[in-house]
This record gives sequence, structure tokens and C-alpha cells, in this order.
Amino acid sequence: MRPSKGIFKSIDKPLLILYLLMVIVGWFNIFSAEYAESHRHIFDLSTNYGKQLLWILTSLVIAAAIILMDVRFFTGFAWIIYGAFLLLLIAVLIFGVEINATKAWFRFGGFQFQPSEIAKYGTALALAAFISKQKNRPKGFGMRLKAFAIVAVPAALVLLQKDVGTTLVFTSFIMVYFREGYIGGIVLFFIGLAIALFVLTLIINEFVIIGILAGIMLIIAIFLQKKTRAILQLVMLFVILSGYVYSVDYTMSNILQPHHRARIEVLIHKGMDLQGAGYNLHQSKIAIGSGDLWGKGYMQGTQTQFNFIPEQSTDFIFCTVGEEWGFVGSLLVITLFVTLLFRIIYLAEKQKSTFSRVFCYAVASIVFFHFAINIGMTIGLAPVIGIPLPMISYGGSSLWGITLFLFTLIKLDTQRMEML
Amino acid sequence: MHIYDQTGQFANRKRVIGAIILFTALLLLGRLFMLQIVDPSYKAFARNNYLRHVTDYPARGLVYDRNGALLVYNEVHYDLMVIPGQVGEIDTLLFCSLLGIDPAVFESRLLQARRHSRFRASVFERQISKNTFAAFQEKLFRFPGFFVQPRTLRKYTHPIATHTFGYVGEAGPNIIQNDPYYRMGDYIGISGLERVYEKELRGVKGRRIYMVDVLNRNIGSFQDGRYDTLAIAGKDLYTTLDAELQIYGEKLMQNKRGSIVAIEPATGEILALVSSPSFDPGLLVGRQRTRNYRMLQNDTLKPLFNRALMAQYPPGSVFKLISTLIALEDGVITPEQRYGCSGIYHTSGISIRCRSHPSPVDAITGIQHSCNTYSSILFQNSINQARFDNIQQAFNHWRDHVISFGLGRHFSSDLSFELPGLVATSDYYDRIYGPRGWRSQTILSLGIGQGELGVTPLQLANMTAAIANRGHYYTPHIVKAKGTPDNKNKQFALVNNINIQETHFETIAHAMHRVVEAGTGRFSRITDISMAGKTGTVQNPHGENHSVFVAFAPVDDPQIAISVIVENAGYGSVWAAPIASLMIEKYLTNEVNRTWFEQRVLDASFLTANP
Repeated sequence: MRPSKGIFKSIDKPLLILYLLMVIVGWFNIFSAEYAESHRHIFDLSTNYGKQLLWILTSLVIAAAIILMDVRFFTGFAWIIYGAFLLLLIAVLIFGVEINATKAWFRFGGFQFQPSEIAKYGTALALAAFISKQKNRPKGFGMRLKAFAIVAVPAALVLLQKDVGTTLVFTSFIMVYFREGYIGGIVLFFIGLAIALFVLTLIINEFVIIGILAGIMLIIAIFLQKKTRAILQLVMLFVILSGYVYSVDYTMSNILQPHHRARIEVLIHKGMDLQGAGYNLHQSKIAIGSGDLWGKGYMQGTQTQFNFIPEQSTDFIFCTVGEEWGFVGSLLVITLFVTLLFRIIYLAEKQKSTFSRVFCYAVASIVFFHFAINIGMTIGLAPVIGIPLPMISYGGSSLWGITLFLFTLIKLDTQRMEML
Repeated sequence: MHIYDQTGQFANRKRVIGAIILFTALLLLGRLFMLQIVDPSYKAFARNNYLRHVTDYPARGLVYDRNGALLVYNEVHYDLMVIPGQVGEIDTLLFCSLLGIDPAVFESRLLQARRHSRFRASVFERQISKNTFAAFQEKLFRFPGFFVQPRTLRKYTHPIATHTFGYVGEAGPNIIQNDPYYRMGDYIGISGLERVYEKELRGVKGRRIYMVDVLNRNIGSFQDGRYDTLAIAGKDLYTTLDAELQIYGEKLMQNKRGSIVAIEPATGEILALVSSPSFDPGLLVGRQRTRNYRMLQNDTLKPLFNRALMAQYPPGSVFKLISTLIALEDGVITPEQRYGCSGIYHTSGISIRCRSHPSPVDAITGIQHSCNTYSSILFQNSINQARFDNIQQAFNHWRDHVISFGLGRHFSSDLSFELPGLVATSDYYDRIYGPRGWRSQTILSLGIGQGELGVTPLQLANMTAAIANRGHYYTPHIVKAKGTPDNKNKQFALVNNINIQETHFETIAHAMHRVVEAGTGRFSRITDISMAGKTGTVQNPHGENHSVFVAFAPVDDPQIAISVIVENAGYGSVWAAPIASLMIEKYLTNEVNRTWFEQRVLDASFLTANP
């Protein structure tokens, strides 16, 4: 298909504007976080803001290329792209360099590249291709298993890199499965329950929680009266939940690595170690908490300018927003993300093709996960797992990844009325 | 191609997804609202992160002698401070090796500082050497939470007047709790001038606030120094001491136990205040202070004890000056009235011995030969006066006179830890003997300066100054002026009058002159200087008697009044009088020509283990 003359006209403008706005907001915050008087100019490639400018320009090239490409490239080559990224994930385990105990990076000169950031992209394409080819509604264990495996294989490879943060991002595909009927509302409910129980167990004694569970079950059982089967299911559920609660402690001390455990413990104020694992979170909360309503002003944040927060231009970029722009700035950034997410969902539901819809939801899931966990971890609502804030954080891989996602989405959307 | 409608089947689930997104966003915003707007603690944390409050310690005031010679000054040194809340992950081994301490010591000190305060600076290591300071300064950025605080240490131009200067030490927990001026690690005067004039000497602390980055590097002053204040140096003290005389006095008292107090009678200014044995004031400065203090405390010669102000002796024969003055004033004797002395005085079964001397004696010769018989008679006459209804009344009248010479009470001067001495009251004797159980002969030993009497060397010197002034004295004091030499210390300008006629003082002054010219003190006469003196030999039940001498000179225009006590040295005329004589010669003529006389004193040693 030739790119039509009106290709720019058919691009979704709100999404494009949101993207550009967020990239610009990101660059200004990176500049503030990284600025030092000794630096020469904004294109200085020895600084993160200089490099980010380069990443932005290359991202725009990538964006333009995607828009100009034939849409069938994405639908037709979905599996090939997926396979290629799987190979990259294997290659990085062999040839990659280790940064912060994570073997997830290729290094070219002064630049590093993280294949796991774009492996998510291949996964989204493959999942869209798989779901759109199904002739029946999701039914049976085998079909669901295939759908889950598409996500689980790259996730497992990323876990082998010891990059727990990015691995967890793959769990965001649950939202896609939910939308497409591969999992029911009950599963979503139990996932929520599992997260709640996990955190509660860390805070409160596990036997107290098991006791409370037993109490709730008893009340339900009284309402059920003589429905023997239902009561039997309830007892089984109770046994499973109790086992889960009881195993949390075991998981914490035997399966998780010490630094992960420390991060979770920090979160729930168990053994608050302000110099060790708790330092980042404490400093991050200080920076954001001292922002007040209007913030300290651009380039005026004392915690930002005096470098109290480690990794501030990458994972902790939201500190700069919170400190220098205050609650109003934070509200603005969160509003941008919510608007972006709702726009994506709005577009998803307008797609005639299942492929496009599934891909849109995949983008929404991943952006949502990054947004919620990244901001959550800077204010102590989520464990510090080191994932960036899309479009705002410094980082080429991250920006390229989100650009691929969004502009593929935009490209697919230009042909929303077609069955791809 | 599509068998079922994929869009329609689960389309409603978009609402659940939208709700999850909204709920999450609201959760984040709620938390942000709590952090940024409701909870004020993070704003305080932020200030603690990047603001450093530094105290600028003012230089302590200097101390000069009466002629403007510098006696006490300051030398800069460095304290290593720590703010425990800011100590990050540091290379403890490097830190300990720079400082030369054990890692276990490091931990325990840090813990101690943390217990004091997480956000306030505590002293981690006191007075680090210049070399250590230089090595540290280079690597300080690697030790967040630590910084170096310049402080000053006391230095002395001469190792003299230790007890008078006193010393400076760290303010204890009690002081810190009660006085907001002092913080942990601050110094405060603990004794002597440093204590009494602490408020003048310490000056005013300055405060600077500056900003630091995460590596604890100074980024600049906070808000261009709007909240900074400058330190104001402490006021200098111009003392009444004559450094030359003080040095000479300490030299004369070497290897002796006792004291010398010299006063300018016209003003009450203390010219020299010697307590022996003494020690170098530099010992109680700096890191070794505690160790040295313990060493001095364990010294059997008790060098820390300021004998000039705290040792209380029965005055012995020098007290006869006062008892004679009182008897003359009360008219119980006249100057010319003569009494015979057989070498022993008997009354109601009590007998007091006297040395052999020409007899009979009057007021002049009684003093001149220090006749015990004469003193006993006049004392009994004083107490047995018919105008009083009872002995209590008579004794109190006599005692009031004694007290008016500055005996038996504090001067409330600017000297620290001065003891009041003792002049027993009639109540005291009532308690011992019953109200009707005592007579003048019961307390007869008071007449010759023994018994229930205790005077300090300072009181003796002051009493002598009062006689030199013919009936008044100014409170003896040590500081002439504060801040500048012209800013006179007016606190002690008030005169204390003694209610005894001047003619009687003339009589006694004349008698004292005779003591030196042809009496018990003739051995210490100085050619060309008219000196008035009185010997005393204080009975010491524990060992050899104490040698006492008081004097003033010149007789008709007194420039100096002095008291000398040499413990366990025997007769007053033999050791105390020569020392007083040398001091007077030194002060009035600036040099001492009697070399052999001087050498004899310098060579003498009375330091026996016997206290």
C-alpha cells in the first residue's frame, strides 16, 4: 500500500501532541537533574541531557520511519520480529555487559542499549498476531497456555538477566488477557487479593491474617447454609490462601535476593535503614515531600541541584517534578499519563481489527505499569524495582521502546477501519 | 473470516480497565497530597539535608598583667565534628587509619554522638594535630557528616599563677541543660579567672549557615548570608598582677609548701598570689587535660589546692596586731602602760609560755618582741570589761572588731573558691561549755592567735593592708579593667572602714616598724626601705610549726602589703620574713641586691611527706 498524501492528516493528533509534550517535559527535568555549572552546552554528549537530545532526535526518525512504512510489515512480520528479539535476549546473556548486577546491556562505545526494553514490543506484536488469528472465543486450557507462553518466554529470558523490574513489566499483559477474555474478572480479583495479602503479611503477623481469613470464611459459610459444595470450595480456598500467606515469609527469606527483600522491607518500614536500601526512597520522599503546592521552581530544587537522589535522571526523575514543580506539577504529569492511557483505550476500542486492538491494549498495559510502579516507588507505594517513567526518564532504550510502541499504534490507527 | 464478534464479547471490560487506571492515579495523587502538602516533616528533612549550621567560635579574651604584659593568649587547633544523621557509607578503615583509632572506637563514638543528637554536631575527636588536619581536609568529601571545627586553646607566656588563671574545660551535661548558650563540646571556665569572668572572656558565638551537596561539599552560603552572624571576640582582662613579682614569688616558694599574697593597700589590687607547690597551667589545656588532672589530683603535695585562698591556719602571733588594736580602741590598755613578763603567764591554772625578751613591755615593745604575756593580759582585759553584762556580749563586741578586718568571712571578690576562714562565735562556746561555763581564760589562746581561729593567707594580707592604710581596706581583687585598660573594674571601689581610731593604727604601724628594725624580724631588714612587719609561728600539732610573716612598706607611704606562710618551716622570722622582705625589695626597687640572702631562700626545701 502506498502511503497516501493525507498520511499526516490521518495521524491521531492528541496522541502525537501528548507524546511530544511528555518528551519535552522529560528533557527539561533531566536537564535540571543533571545540570552542573561546569557543563558547556546542551548538546554536550558527555551529559545525560545532551545524550537525551540525541535520543529524542533518533526517536523522531524512528517515528517517521514507522509512519512511512507499510502497516502490513507489523502484522505480517510480527512473529519474525518476536523471534529476532528473543535471539537478542539470548545474545545479551552471552555478549552483554553487566551494569548494577544486571546483565541486560549491549555496549557500543559510550552508549548502552537494553534489548529487554524493546523485547516487550516484539511480545506485543506476537500476542496481537496470535489473538487476532483465533477463530473461537478463548476456550480450553491449551489455547490459553499458548497465549500465556508468548509472554512467559521473553519474561523468563529477562529474568535470567537478573532484571526483575523489567520481568515484572511483562505481568502487565494481564490487562490484555483480561480485555480479550483469556482471564476472567475472578482472576483479576485474586491477583489484587494476592498483592494485598502479600503486603499485609509483611506488615502484620501471618497467623493474625490467617485468623482474620478464617473469620471471614466462617461468616460466608453461615450465609451459604447447607450448600455443601460451595462450603467445600470455600474450605479449599481458605487452605490455599493460608498456604499462600504462610509461604510469603518463606518466599521473602529464601527465594528473593537480599537486595529485593531489603527494598520490600524498606517499603513497609520494617528495619528502615536510611543509609542502605532505604536511602533512595528516603531521599526521594524528601525531595518530593519538600515540593509543597507550587514547588521550589525550575532549577531551584535543593535536593535535585545538590544531587541528593541517586539515579535521578533515570528511575527517580519524578523527584525533580515533585520537588521543583510541586503538587501542581505532579498532578499535571499524572494527568498527562491518564489522558494518554484513556486516549489509547479510546482508540483501541475504535479499531476494527483485533490485531490493532490487542496491540493498543498492550501499549496501554505497559505504559500503565511503568507509570504506576515508577511514580509509586518514588513515593513509597511500590518497591524500588528500577523501571523508568516512559518519555520522562533519561534513557535511549526506554525512549526508543516507547516510541516504537506509540508510533506503531498511531500507524495501525491510521488504518483503523480496515481489517488487517 | 471471523466466526465470533471479538469486539462485542468483552467490550464492557474497558470500563473495568479504565476504573483501575483512575483508581491508581487517584491513589498516587492522594499519596502525593499527603507528602507534599499535609506532612511537614519532609521539608525539615530537606533543610537538614543541605543546610549546615556552623558555629564560629570567638577567640577567648586575653589576660594581661598590671603593666600590660601578656599572660594568657590563644592558639588555634581543630576539632573533628560529626553530625550522625548525615554519616553515609564511608570507608571506615581509611577514616580510622587517618585518625589513628580503632574501628571499635569509631563505632562507639558514633553511637555516643547519635545518642546525643542525630542532627546536631558532636565532637568526634578533639584537637587533632595540624598534620592530621591536613590529611583529613583533603579527603573530607569522602566522609559525609564529618567536618572540622577550628577552636582555640589557652596558651601561657609564663608557667605562673596557675590557680589564679584557672582553666577551661568542656561544659558538662548539667551546664548544657541549664544554660542554652552551651552546646556539647563547648568550653567553659571551670576555675579561677576563667570561671569568674567566663561571661566576659567567652565573647559571643557567631553562626553561619551554608549549603552542601550530597558529597558534603560547601556550595555557598544560604540566602547570601542573611541569617549569618559574626563571632565577637571575648573581652580582654587587665589583671592587677605584677608578672615580675609573681614569677619571683613562685621562684622563692620553690620546694616549699605555703603561699604569698601581696596587695596594693591603696586599691586592694592583688600584686602577687602564690600558692606552692604549683604546676604549669599548660598542663590543664588540651587533650591531656584529664590525664594530667588525675595525675595532679593524686599528687601527695596537693598542687591543685590553692593555699592562698583555701588554706586556713590559726594566725598565731600576727593576730596580736589585731587584738592589741582592739584593746587600745576599747581603752583596756594604753600604749604606754607597761606589763612585766617573766617568760610565762599564769591564770586560773592555765599557763602560756613566752620567749625571753626585755621586760617590762608596752604596746610597742609587746608587738616588737611578740610578748605572749602582754597579749594574754590585754585579751583578758578586753573580754572582762565591766561595761558588758555577760561574757557573750563582751565576746561579740570583740568578735565584731575582728570580723571588721575581713576575717571569718568571704570577700565576695573575683577570686574563685575562696574560703571564709573561721572566727568562732559565742554560740559556739555556749554549746561547748554552756552559757555560764566559759571565762576569758577559757578562750585565752585566741589572744595569741591560736584556738578557734582560721585565716587564709589572703585574709592575712588584707588585714595587713588595712593596718598599712591606718584603718580601712578595699576588697582584694584580681582584675583592674575589662575590655580595654581604661574600662576600670568599679566593682571593688567601695572602701571598708574599720571602727578603730587612726592613732592606734599609727601605734601599731610604729610597733611593726620596730619589729623589723630591732625586733623578731630584724634579720630581714632592708637597707633604705622602711618596712613594718610582724612574725608569727603557728603551732602545728601534726609536725613542724608554720612560719608566718606579714609586712607592709614603706611604713609612711605603703605601696605593698604582704603575707607569707611557709608550712613546716618553723619560726616566722627565719623563713617567712626573709621571703616577704625579698618580695618587697623586688617590688619597690625592681631588683634584689642581697644575693646570699636570696640564695639561702632559694636553696631551702621544706617538702617532707608530712602534710
